[in-house]
Amino acid sequence: MESAIQLHEKVLTEQLPPLTANEASVEADRCLYCYDAPCTRACPTHIDIPRFIKKIATRNLRGSAETILASNLLGATCARVCPVQELCEGACVLGAEHKPIAIGRLQRHAMDYAHQKRVYPVVKAEPTGRSIAVIGAGPAGLSCAGELAKLGHSVTIYEKRAQPGGLSTYGIIALREPVEIALEEARMIKGLGVTIKTGIEFGKDIFLETLQQEFDGVVLSVGLGRTPSLGIEGEEAILDGLGFIEASKADEASLHVGQNVIVIGAGNTAVDCATIARRLGAERVTIVYRRTDREMTCYEHEYDFARREGIEFRFLTQPARVVLESGASAGLECLRVELGEPDTSGRATPMPVKGSEFLLPADQIIKAIGQNKPSLAAWLGLQTKQGFIAVDSDFQTSMTGLYAIGDCIRASGAASTVMAVQDGKLAAAAIHQQLAHHPKKVEVS
Amino acid sequence: MADLRINFAGIKSPNPFWLASAPPTNSGAQIHRAFEAGWGGAVWKTIGAPVLNVSNRYGALHFGRQRMLAINNVELISDRPIEINLREIAEVKRNWPDRAVIVSAMVEAKPEAWREIVQRIEDTGADGIELNYGCPHGMSERGMGSAIGQVPEYCEQITRWVMEAATIPVIMKLTPNITDIVLPARAGVAAGATALSLINTINSIIGVDLDTLELTPSIGGKGGHGGFAGPAVKPIALNMLAALGTDEIVSSSGLPISAMGGISTWADAAEFLLLGASSLQVCTAVMHYGYRIIEDLCDGLSNWMDEKGFMTIADVTGQSLHRVSEFKNLDLSYRAAARINVDKCIKCNLCYVACNDTAHQCIDLVSPQGEFMAPFSYDARSNGKSEAVKTRPQPVVREEDCVGCRLCYNVCPVDDCIDMVEVPSGRTSITWSELSEQQAQVTEDWEQMKAYRERVGIHIH
Repeated sequence: MESAIQLHEKVLTEQLPPLTANEASVEADRCLYCYDAPCTRACPTHIDIPRFIKKIATRNLRGSAETILASNLLGATCARVCPVQELCEGACVLGAEHKPIAIGRLQRHAMDYAHQKRVYPVVKAEPTGRSIAVIGAGPAGLSCAGELAKLGHSVTIYEKRAQPGGLSTYGIIALREPVEIALEEARMIKGLGVTIKTGIEFGKDIFLETLQQEFDGVVLSVGLGRTPSLGIEGEEAILDGLGFIEASKADEASLHVGQNVIVIGAGNTAVDCATIARRLGAERVTIVYRRTDREMTCYEHEYDFARREGIEFRFLTQPARVVLESGASAGLECLRVELGEPDTSGRATPMPVKGSEFLLPADQIIKAIGQNKPSLAAWLGLQTKQGFIAVDSDFQTSMTGLYAIGDCIRASGAASTVMAVQDGKLAAAAIHQQLAHHPKKVEVS
Repeated sequence: MADLRINFAGIKSPNPFWLASAPPTNSGAQIHRAFEAGWGGAVWKTIGAPVLNVSNRYGALHFGRQRMLAINNVELISDRPIEINLREIAEVKRNWPDRAVIVSAMVEAKPEAWREIVQRIEDTGADGIELNYGCPHGMSERGMGSAIGQVPEYCEQITRWVMEAATIPVIMKLTPNITDIVLPARAGVAAGATALSLINTINSIIGVDLDTLELTPSIGGKGGHGGFAGPAVKPIALNMLAALGTDEIVSSSGLPISAMGGISTWADAAEFLLLGASSLQVCTAVMHYGYRIIEDLCDGLSNWMDEKGFMTIADVTGQSLHRVSEFKNLDLSYRAAARINVDKCIKCNLCYVACNDTAHQCIDLVSPQGEFMAPFSYDARSNGKSEAVKTRPQPVVREEDCVGCRLCYNVCPVDDCIDMVEVPSGRTSITWSELSEQQAQVTEDWEQMKAYRERVGIHIH
C-alpha cells in the first residue's frame, strides 16, 4: 500500500521535471533557427519560437522570457498544457527525420526563470482613461485583461470562483500544471494594474447594465457550462469529471476513488480523470466510449499516455443505466453500438444495438463528455452560432460594446488554453482600436 | 590494401601519423601507450631550457555543442628534468625500433647551446630532431620559439648551427605567426634543413569572463595570448602548406613536409597529404579523445586510398597542388548556380534568409500552389501544425539571377540538399590575367568594364 505522500506525489507533482540548464542548452543548440518558422506559425499565439530558443542558447534567459510573454502572457501555462504535438512541435522541420525540438519544455525553462526572477511585463503606455470589465478570470480573460492593461486601459476582472485562473486553476490536472503556476500568472496580470475581483458572479452579484454604465467595454470570458446530462437511469450516482479533477487539485486527500472506476467519454478530460483515478489507487480504470479510437477527441499522445498508465478502453459501448446497490454504483449497464452514417460533426453516428445489454461492474462512475454550451447567450439575448456566442471578426457580440472570447465562442477549432490566450490578445487589440475611434464622452456639466 | 608506411627524410614509420610535440608526448609512459594504440611516431614534447609552468594552461573555443573547436595553451616546453626526458627517449626508442621517435628542441640562441642539445638527443638513439621555432608564448619572451621563427635570418642561422652538429634528420618547424610563411621556409632550405614542418600554434586570446571581466583562462586574475590549435585552424594550416608546395624555391628543394594544424579525422589527413604533406602530426584531437583515434585515422585513410587507387602515401602527397592557383588565373566564364533538391529540403528557409539579407536575393518562396509568397504572410488567426506544414512555401532558386556565390549551399543543414550545378555561361573562357593583357582598358575603367560586360553578356542585377 502506498503512503499518502507517495499518492500525493503521483497526482500533484508535475509529470515532466524541469529541464536542467544543461539539458536546455543542448536542446536549444539543436534548433536550426528557421526563418519564418513553421513552429511560430503553428502556435496560435505566434510566439517567435526560434528567437526565444536562440536566446536560451546564448544564455539570455531574460530576453527569452520577454520574447515569449510579448506574444503570450500565459506562456507558463501554455508551456505545460499545450498539445505541442499538434502545434509548434508538430510543425518542427526536424520532426520528419529527427526528433522535433522540445519547444514546450524549453518554453517552460524560460518561464520558470521569469517566475523566479520576476521577469514580468510592465505597462509602458500612458493611461488612456478608458476602462474595461472582463467577466471570468480564465486564460482568455486574463490574457485580454493583461493586453488591455499594457495598452494603458484600466481593467477589472470579475470572477465567480474563489481563485483566478479558470480551467488552469480548477480543470487541468496537477500532473500537467500545478495550481501555483496558474495563480502566479494571475498575480503577474495583477502586476500590470489589472483588478481581479473574485467571488463575484455575473448575473447574480453584478449585472450587464451596471457594467455598461461604468465601463467603456465589457468582455465575456465565461467558458462553458457543466457536463451535460446523459439522460440515463441512476445518473445521480455518476460524478462530474471536472468536479473530480477540481477535487484532485484542491483536496486530493479527501477525494474518494473507487476500486473499479469507469470513465464515460474519450476526450482529454476523460483521460485526465482516468489518470487521476488510476494514480490515486483505483485497481481498474476503464474508459467507455460509444465510438472507436478513430473518432475519439483526445489527442493521440493522450491515448498513448493513458494506455501506458494501464487504463483500459471499451469502444462501441453506450451507457444505458447505472446499476445501484443501496444508493451507490455497482455497475454500468451498456449497449453494444454499431456505427452508422456520419452525423453533423462528421463522425459516424453510434447506433445502439437493441437487446445487446451487458454489465460493466464499477463502484465509481465518472462522466467527461464535454461541457454544455454557454447559457449566457440566451439569457442576454445574444446571437449564437451552433449554440456558442456569435462574434464578429473583432470579437464583438451582437450587442455593441460587448465582446466575447475563449471557449464560449469556440464554435469551430480546438477549445484550448492557447486559443483562448490568442482570443484575448486579438480582442484587446480590436477593443483598443475601437476605443481610439470613439473618443470618450465628456460629461457636460 | 594501401601501404601506409612512410620514409620521411630517412625517418621510417609504419603509418604517417605522429603525435605532435605537445602534452600527449610529455613522457615515456604516455608515448609507450600511444605506440601500443598504433601511432606511427611521436615528436617528443620540446626539451631544452629550464622552465616553470602555471595553472589554467588551456583555454578552448566551443561553438554550439561542439567542444574544443580549438584549444589555446600557455603551457611551456617540457618542465621535466632534461635528464629524465633523455633517458625515457632512449628507452622508448629501444622498445619501439619500428616507430619514429623525433625530439623537439629549443634552447637559447647560442651555437654551443644548440650543439650540446643536438649531441644529447643523438645519444638517445632518436630518429630525428625537430627545431621548435614556433612556440608563441612564454618562450618567445625569452628570445626562443616564435621569436626565432618570425625572423627568417635567425631561422637560417640557428639551423646552420644545428646542421653542422647533427648527423640525424633535422625538421625545421615553422610558426604561422608571420606575414609570409614562405620566407622562413626558404631560410630552412638555405640552411640545409632535412625537412620542414608546420604549423605551430597561432597567437590568440580565447575570451573574457563576463562575470569577472578577467581573461579566460584566468591565471590568478591575469591572462594573455596563448597558442591556438585544433579543427578551427585547419584551413589556415592548409593554406600555409599549399603556399610552401607552390613556392618555386621550397618545392624544388624537395624538402619533405610534416604537416599539422587541426587534423582530427582521416579525411583531414588526406587533405593535408593532397596539398603536399608526407607525414602528419596530430595533437588537439588526441587531447580531446585520447590515443584511440589512431585506429580510424589509419583505417579510414587506408579505405579511402583503396577506393581511389592510391597504393602508397607518397602517391597521395601533393596530388592536389596543381589545383592551387591565384585569383587572376581563375576562369571568369565558369558559372555555377545553386539548385535546391525539393525531396531533401526541410523548408527551414535558412538559405532564403541568407540569400535575401546577405547575398544576391535570388531565392523565392513559392507556395504549394506555385505562387510567390512573402515570408510571415499568414493571418494572426491561423494555427495548428497542419495549416503550418501544408502551406509552407518551398525555397526555389531563380537560376538566371543566381551568381553562384554558394552561401545557401553552406548554410543548408541537410546533406546534399543544395547542389552547385555548373551552368554553361556561353562565354569564352578567359582569366583576369588574360583580360588585363588583352584588354587592359577594361580592367582599369568602369565605363570600359560596362561595355565589356554588355558585349560578352555578363549581367549584374
